[in-house]
Amino acid sequence: MTWETVIGLETHVELATKTKIFCSCTTQFGGEPNTHCCPVCTGMPGALPVLNEKVLEFAVKAGLALNCQITRRCRFDRKNYFYPDLPKAYQISQLYLPICRDGAVSLSTPAGEKHIRIHELHMEEDAGKLVHDPWLDQTRADYNRCGVPLIEIVTEPDFRTADEVVAYLEHLRSTLQYLGVSDCKMQEGSLRCDVNLSVRPAGSAQLGTRTEMKNLSSFKAITRAIAYEARRQIELLEEGKPVVQQTRRWDENKDATFAMRSKENAQDYRYFPDPDLPQLFLSEAYLERLRREQPELSPAKAARYRRDWDLPPYDVQMLTSQKALADFFEQTVALGAPPKQASNWIMGQVLGALSARGLDSRDMPLTPRTLARLIQLVQSGRLNRNTAVKVFDAVFDSDADVDAYVKEHGLEQVCDAELVEDAVAQVLADHPKSVADYRSGKEKAFGFLVGQVMRRLKGQASPPAVHAALHSRLDK
Amino acid sequence: MKIAQEIVDYVSALSRLSLPEGEKAAMQRELEKILQYMDVLEGLDTAGVEPMSHVIPLENIMREDRVMPSQDRGELLAGAPVPDQEAFLTPKSVE
Repeated sequence: MTWETVIGLETHVELATKTKIFCSCTTQFGGEPNTHCCPVCTGMPGALPVLNEKVLEFAVKAGLALNCQITRRCRFDRKNYFYPDLPKAYQISQLYLPICRDGAVSLSTPAGEKHIRIHELHMEEDAGKLVHDPWLDQTRADYNRCGVPLIEIVTEPDFRTADEVVAYLEHLRSTLQYLGVSDCKMQEGSLRCDVNLSVRPAGSAQLGTRTEMKNLSSFKAITRAIAYEARRQIELLEEGKPVVQQTRRWDENKDATFAMRSKENAQDYRYFPDPDLPQLFLSEAYLERLRREQPELSPAKAARYRRDWDLPPYDVQMLTSQKALADFFEQTVALGAPPKQASNWIMGQVLGALSARGLDSRDMPLTPRTLARLIQLVQSGRLNRNTAVKVFDAVFDSDADVDAYVKEHGLEQVCDAELVEDAVAQVLADHPKSVADYRSGKEKAFGFLVGQVMRRLKGQASPPAVHAALHSRLDK
Repeated sequence: MKIAQEIVDYVSALSRLSLPEGEKAAMQRELEKILQYMDVLEGLDTAGVEPMSHVIPLENIMREDRVMPSQDRGELLAGAPVPDQEAFLTPKSVE
């Protein structure tokens, strides 16, 4: 039998606000345990939450970018559960009236265009971090992360392959970074993903029993966990055994999923509206202001790059996939670099240098000004391309002054016609056999002579000037 | 609404409370009494009454996203049942 995998995603994204969702403690990552805490986020009796206006704004911006309906009257609910990562014994979340519903995104995948429906997007608070002491029978609770604002984005079960899941997450990450609502750093946990997966006979309209996988902290882990879990469920069904609905934890080291808690132990969250938080009403004027503030997102940017600058599709996709890279590119062009040249340098040298250093495009040490100047020196014939690449490597980390570096190392291209003429004359005199070969029709000999001239000029001559000088003497 | 013994056990399990056998019957009676208020409300004619989502007629109460000092950690932890320099300690809780 052929099986079809059906996947839905729940993605938690930490918002890039300065303060927590319901109190004025900092959201900064790290920090000594329990130093970013107050009576509100540690759940002291009598402490009252007050919503951070930025959280509402970021959630609406994300919802608009994901083509959602915005809930004009919305409120928060309590999700009750007793676990020490939440000191109030409930999480403030949204169940009945989530801020955004019914969105959709279009993805380009190798297999073609794919449409993914967004079920809802809601605001909630993050939980604290627990460290289980292996020696003492104790758990240590650190509430620095408790109350950090999250949005949870829930899709319909529209994915069929791991590639589609990764394409969606890349789209989501790029969109949220463009909006500035999250940095989406998976390694710091600011983008976390739970995968709901079931399998069914291909062509069946009915959904199979699903499992939920947690603890997926990289695209690689997600891809491997999906492959593992689909295979596990198919094997069970082929042996005539049922799939049990449960939460499973992905173990990166063992490359397998393990059951966490079974649904027999059903969670009963007893949701009810939070009486501490007055409801929200979003006016048309408020929504209109946020719509106007929406930045150009990657699909629109990509279309503009193709239209205005005629860049190849692959370059456009790479340049627009990360906001920091697109900004770097546009600033370099704004400083006078021809778009095609700027794109070539970024696609080749810049991305190469970043990846060699394990850096993200947001941590780029080089400024657009330096790259634009380097391109200008090549354009004006003062540096040849090979020398320019060497200069690039030398200044990348320090963003050193290109002109000073070129001057200090004597790298300026030899434009002096007399110097080039002298070198050509000398080379022709030294290699009479190659001259004879060329004149008798062996084109190869020309390349050898160019190389010799370049060598005499320490590689700093402009290739067109050398070509011209050689031709003018040889073709007489 | 009648509260069965199983519901008392279920609710106390969700709340992580271990009720001594002797208290269960009393709890059962109290929960039943509380839910009787709901029966009173159920008896009211609410046709044409808009559902209320909040008792206080306020909306859009929000604050600016500006960092204020957090509480001193020593002060914050002073109220914890188990003394520690940097963390709240709880019995080991692994799922």
